[in-house]
Amino acid sequence: MLEIFLERLRQGARTGTFPDALPDLPARFRGRPFIDAERCPAAAGDGCRCCLEVCPAHAIYREEDGLSLDMGLCSFCGECARACPKGAIIFTVDWRLASTVREALIVRPARYCAPSLPGGGLPASHGLPGGTDGRRYVLPESPITPVTARDRSLARSFRLRQVTAAGCGACEADLNVLTTLVYDMGRFGIDFVASPRHADAIALTGPVSRNMRQALEDCRAAMPSPSCVIAVGACAISGGLFRDPAASVALSAGIQEGAPPHMPVDLFIPGCPPHPCTTLDALLRFLGKKTPPLD
Amino acid sequence: MRASSSERRPDDGAFEALSLRNGAAVSLGDVPDMNFDSFARWIAGSVRTGCRIAAFFAVARGRLEHRVENNGTHFLYAVLADDATGLLTVARAPVSGKYPSMARAVPALHLFERVIYEKNGILPEGHPWLKPARFENPSGPAAGDMDFYRVDGDEVHEVSVGPIHAGVIECGHFRFQCLGEEVLHLEISLGYHHRGVEKLLAGLSPARIPSLVEVTAGDSTAAHTWACCALLESLTDTPVPPRGHYIRALALELERLACHTGDVGAIAGDVGFLPTSAFCGRLRGDWLNMSAMLCGSRFSRGLLRPGGTNFDVNTILAREMAKKMETILRDVRGATHLIWDSPSVMARLTGIGALTKADAVALGLVGPASRACGLSPDARRSHPLPGLPAPPALCTADTGDVNARTKVRCDEIAASASFCLDALRDLPEGEYRFRPDADETLPLAPERLAAVLIEGWRGEVCHVALTDKGGGLAAYAVVDPSFHNWAGLALAMRGQQISDFPLCNKSFNLSYCGHDL
Ligand code: SF4
Repeated sequence: MLEIFLERLRQGARTGTFPDALPDLPARFRGRPFIDAERCPAAAGDGCRCCLEVCPAHAIYREEDGLSLDMGLCSFCGECARACPKGAIIFTVDWRLASTVREALIVRPARYCAPSLPGGGLPASHGLPGGTDGRRYVLPESPITPVTARDRSLARSFRLRQVTAAGCGACEADLNVLTTLVYDMGRFGIDFVASPRHADAIALTGPVSRNMRQALEDCRAAMPSPSCVIAVGACAISGGLFRDPAASVALSAGIQEGAPPHMPVDLFIPGCPPHPCTTLDALLRFLGKKTPPLD
Repeated sequence: MRASSSERRPDDGAFEALSLRNGAAVSLGDVPDMNFDSFARWIAGSVRTGCRIAAFFAVARGRLEHRVENNGTHFLYAVLADDATGLLTVARAPVSGKYPSMARAVPALHLFERVIYEKNGILPEGHPWLKPARFENPSGPAAGDMDFYRVDGDEVHEVSVGPIHAGVIECGHFRFQCLGEEVLHLEISLGYHHRGVEKLLAGLSPARIPSLVEVTAGDSTAAHTWACCALLESLTDTPVPPRGHYIRALALELERLACHTGDVGAIAGDVGFLPTSAFCGRLRGDWLNMSAMLCGSRFSRGLLRPGGTNFDVNTILAREMAKKMETILRDVRGATHLIWDSPSVMARLTGIGALTKADAVALGLVGPASRACGLSPDARRSHPLPGLPAPPALCTADTGDVNARTKVRCDEIAASASFCLDALRDLPEGEYRFRPDADETLPLAPERLAAVLIEGWRGEVCHVALTDKGGGLAAYAVVDPSFHNWAGLALAMRGQQISDFPLCNKSFNLSYCGHDL
């Protein structure tokens, strides 16, 4: 007993400082990408396809005014940043990736603008091109319309039923970690529950295999309304690496493209898997709570 | 990376299997064609003398048109791991439609045969209980729709759990036959996570393979990705600089440290011992954060690629990582020490979910679950890839119960951490990734078979690839350690209290998607 007590003293209090302060992310963390319109050859009308060709998730595609990178498909591997001959794709350490609008996950070329305050903004991810050029980025947050605008009562108690529909275990692990003392999601009134009857939302992970469709339907049907669907990770948002956007079908017959069409998603949390700070930031903003500003 | 010569096993009749070193590629033409009888005798004989089934799969004849006199629609390929010699042995047999099941003689084959039946439609005649393994066929039965083993009797009841479980965890279906609290039998029906990974891999261009492999079993990213990189390297003759090898080994051990720490915490949680559970929940994240220091991802995503790694560990980072590691290690020791010091915890771990050594051998268990039964399979030691530092110390126990599995994991934490500290100190100079002159990806050598074993935290991960005449992938087989070990969990529950299931389950902590692919 004494040993337990002493060990508790030695281990100390370990709850993280996020969201009261900016999260302490590793320098190589790959968050929100930035496509520099001034450097991107494709944005300038050139036929460059370097990044498109290396992207394992087919997350980059060409639009009239240049390239688009869909964070809802992206696995944040960084290959595109390495492949760009001009260093136009830069991954920043910005963890705020989620949105309630699917379209807002698409990153398009933009012009660099320096933070207005000295020391403001976020650095680029180290270990990739642009990582050490000293620039700091203030990127627009994707919009999140709080669910509490619909239902005030959720602000203080938000219960999630997590359903893994063929997820690989990584999204699940980094959701689980939110319940540990480091993130202690319970202090914001957010918790995982075992029964769909007690849940306000499904936290869906995985590309939704054929074999999980029925269980997912059953779970959804067992939830009282109002309820919402939160797609966590590239697989749940779009099928991720299992989707072939060229054909707009899932690559494998066993897979559907993430959340099924009749289960509209209320909150998209990109990543492969999303960092716990990305998820916590998303959930807090979804509940109308404040997270730290950047500039 | 060349194969050694064929080897004759005088005790098992006059047939030869081809031996190769871990990570080597051999010409398909050199793989001996056996008739089925010799093939079955070779497998049974090798398993009797201590070999393990690393992979067993079927490939349609049409995909590979190398010389064969025998007819048959498919080839059965077996890759066996011989820990004593450190070699893999491989042979094949042509079959059409069916073959006599070998599962009674070699129980470790039971699930492989079910998978081949489901995937390729080849019937293992006389299989003890043939049923779907992953419910792969869209026209076949729905997931979980099969005959379950049933115990009848007035007092007997059945408990059915899943596919969706209470916690934040992958999906699978469990059926318990219980007499009161006692579990007479547990049957596990999986396949809910089947994504068709093997088929997808065989259809991808080699450059895209590592990314998909990374999401095959998310908590074993480094192990699976290393296996696929080593395969592609041997098929393209790509060298890996020593520094790249060390960084890969670091990533693999960090994965082990995180998972073992998390599971020891979860085991403590399942017996209601909250201090260790709370401490380890945090510490697991600290190990994951070390992977993120290395490559930006807590799950080593984007780190391992053919030719080495995508990120370097420079002197400053190495020093920083070592320092952090020492702090975490101290805290993990403090946190795990508490359970060995608490008689109430020991009483709950001891004698629960015990497996005998004989069962572990028969089922072909791998990893810590096997090492807890007094066996010593560890591909890092028996089948080392060239260019690596000396592997971490072997950790074993002999009671085969939850206590033993917990102990092996705690010991492995210490062994892996000291390995990592050494590796960080002794990182070889030079490049960490080999870059070919041109940007072009190197073509795969045609008509080859390559096989790799990597010891992940759950046990050995095996990847095998076959290329066709044009250098395209004809088949890609993935065997996750969970594939071998799920049957071990079912067996460990016999005669146990059903309330101990979570505890037993955690002590194995198997992957659903690794099994389902
Ligand atoms: S980081 Fe995303 S967009 Fe870039 S190559 Fe990787 S998956 Fe594609």
